[in-house]
Amino acid sequence: MEKFDVIVVGAGPSGNAAAYTLAKAGLSVLQLERGEAAGSKNVQGAILYSDALEKVIPNFRDDAPLERHIIEQRMWVLDDESFIGTHFRSDDFNKPPYNRYTIIRAKFDKWFSKKVQEAGALIISETTVKELLRDKSGKVVGVETDRADGKVYADVVIMADGVNSTLARKAGFRPELDPKHVALAVKEIHFMPRETVEQRFNIKDDEGVVIEMLGKITQGMMGTGFLYTNSDSISIGVGCMLSDFMEQKLTPYDLLEQMKRHPSIQPLIQGGEMKEYTAHLIPEGGYHAIPRVYGDGWMIVGDSGMFVNAVHREGSNLAMTTGRMAAETIIELHRAGKPMSEANLALYKERLDDSFVMKDLKKYKDMPDIFHSNNQFFTTYPELLSRSAYTMLKVDGVDKLTKEKEIFASFKERRSLFGLLGDAFKLWRAFR
Amino acid sequence: MRTVKVEEKLFQNRYLVDADNPHIRLKDPELCEKTCATKQCTVCCPAGCYTLEGQKVVLITDGCLECGTCRIICTTYRNVDWEYPRGGYGIQFKFG
Ligand SMILES: Cc1cc2nc3c(=O)[nH]c(=O)nc-3n(C[C@H](O)[C@H](O)[C@H](O)COP(=O)(O)OP(=O)(O)OC[C@H]3O[C@@H](n4cnc5c(N)ncnc54)[C@H](O)[C@@H]3O)c2cc1C
Ligand code: SF4
Ligand code: SF4
Repeated sequence: MEKFDVIVVGAGPSGNAAAYTLAKAGLSVLQLERGEAAGSKNVQGAILYSDALEKVIPNFRDDAPLERHIIEQRMWVLDDESFIGTHFRSDDFNKPPYNRYTIIRAKFDKWFSKKVQEAGALIISETTVKELLRDKSGKVVGVETDRADGKVYADVVIMADGVNSTLARKAGFRPELDPKHVALAVKEIHFMPRETVEQRFNIKDDEGVVIEMLGKITQGMMGTGFLYTNSDSISIGVGCMLSDFMEQKLTPYDLLEQMKRHPSIQPLIQGGEMKEYTAHLIPEGGYHAIPRVYGDGWMIVGDSGMFVNAVHREGSNLAMTTGRMAAETIIELHRAGKPMSEANLALYKERLDDSFVMKDLKKYKDMPDIFHSNNQFFTTYPELLSRSAYTMLKVDGVDKLTKEKEIFASFKERRSLFGLLGDAFKLWRAFR
Repeated sequence: MRTVKVEEKLFQNRYLVDADNPHIRLKDPELCEKTCATKQCTVCCPAGCYTLEGQKVVLITDGCLECGTCRIICTTYRNVDWEYPRGGYGIQFKFG
């Protein structure tokens, strides 16, 4: 019977951060991944936040496959034919070490996986874990895979198996996902010469631009769109809550197609060669949706534990951080010769509570609910904002004060004064 | 409104299909046909795996992107038996 110190299920950012940290510390680690290789099942926008990775691999910049470092962030609120927005570009973002990069997950995950292997973990891919193995007391003692003689054992199993987390669900550690707590995102990648990317976004060398979008592109659903520049390609996608998709007659690919035809977006991707169409869920339920993340012989990290800050579009960094913290907890217990019991693993949750992971999620805990019950943030406001801008900017002989009054009246007509104030208050409270 | 052909999008993707061994099944196809009024899987699946033939719901998983949507949205009947494909099979993202 083969037994390891730790089994890690999944080779996304959370599983890789965990496996790397554990192997570096000298523990025997088996990592199982269902894809042909790490990354072949994974989807991201994708923005990489340096800080979380630096804490795992400090010199990652030496050889990680990074596309562009982000020097400009655009936020667009879109109406049918227009957008109003802010562009923030700063030369501070242009000074190494850079803070954010665009990446392509299939390449990035492969790189990370190689680091894990070099650190000494045994990685077996093309292997789907079917369920957890438990002893009579309920303690998790290993996993069963879909290979012949597929049982393997360990002192502790880390579930880094992503948003669907089939393992935790089958074991009864968490319920089926609620459509209100997950967004479905669809995405395409369009290739074009790097000079074209640079001209279109007014950038040079490895500089990059990202655009986050809100408004009519989600057709009244709670969701957002994005467009990111890679070296010689552009990633474009849109995601909305599943509970909203359930009420629709519009398919996810039609939604993406309509977004791509928006007059402000179409010129940015024009002429590109579409080379892949992907879809993936994002856990967006926030703080209240987080399940139990440890127990006798098991831990949950990354998307599987719903560790995503949807407001700030952070996921992979929370994944890497939770993966690292789970690993550090295990290392500490292992060195002290303590068993991987529920009581001892509670240290993991303490660490999480003490870190930005839980602090941020707690700070925005009411955000998902507010947006759910107030879809004017995705419908009425974008429309009103862009009409106001149009009214103010159009030079047509009407004086500005009359225009202001007109705009205010149109806001009040669509939403009562109390409604407006209430919305502002709700947002302020949630963001505070 | 013009509807895009999702097949054209999926054509760009790489798959290793586990022939005759679909990883997702309808537990009771008759329930889909006769009882389920919304048949939302035929709208929400981002790969168009669920199609309508009259009132019958037909599921072909070859183009599946393994997202999990169909399982989660079938809230009323929980009629989707959903697993990941065997290790190594299914969608193989080139970029992700
Ligand atoms: C469209 C989109 C855009 C996003 N943009 C951003 C962004 O810009 N920045 C950001 O930080 N985050 C972003 N996110 C979120 C981010 O992608 C996730 O938070 C992150 O990938 C979570 O990492 P993970 O390791 O927990 O899960 P995953 O990356 O999903 O990895 C899980 C792994 O486990 C494997 N696995 C699952 N089940 C099994 C099993 N039973 N047996 C064996 N292996 C299994 C899978 O194949 C996979 O490799 C985005 C997500 C999406 C969908
Ligand atoms: S939503 Fe569920 S019950 Fe309804 S048709 Fe689809 S799979 Fe069948
Ligand atoms: S998992 Fe996603 S892509 Fe596959 S059939 Fe279900 S909804 Fe469609």
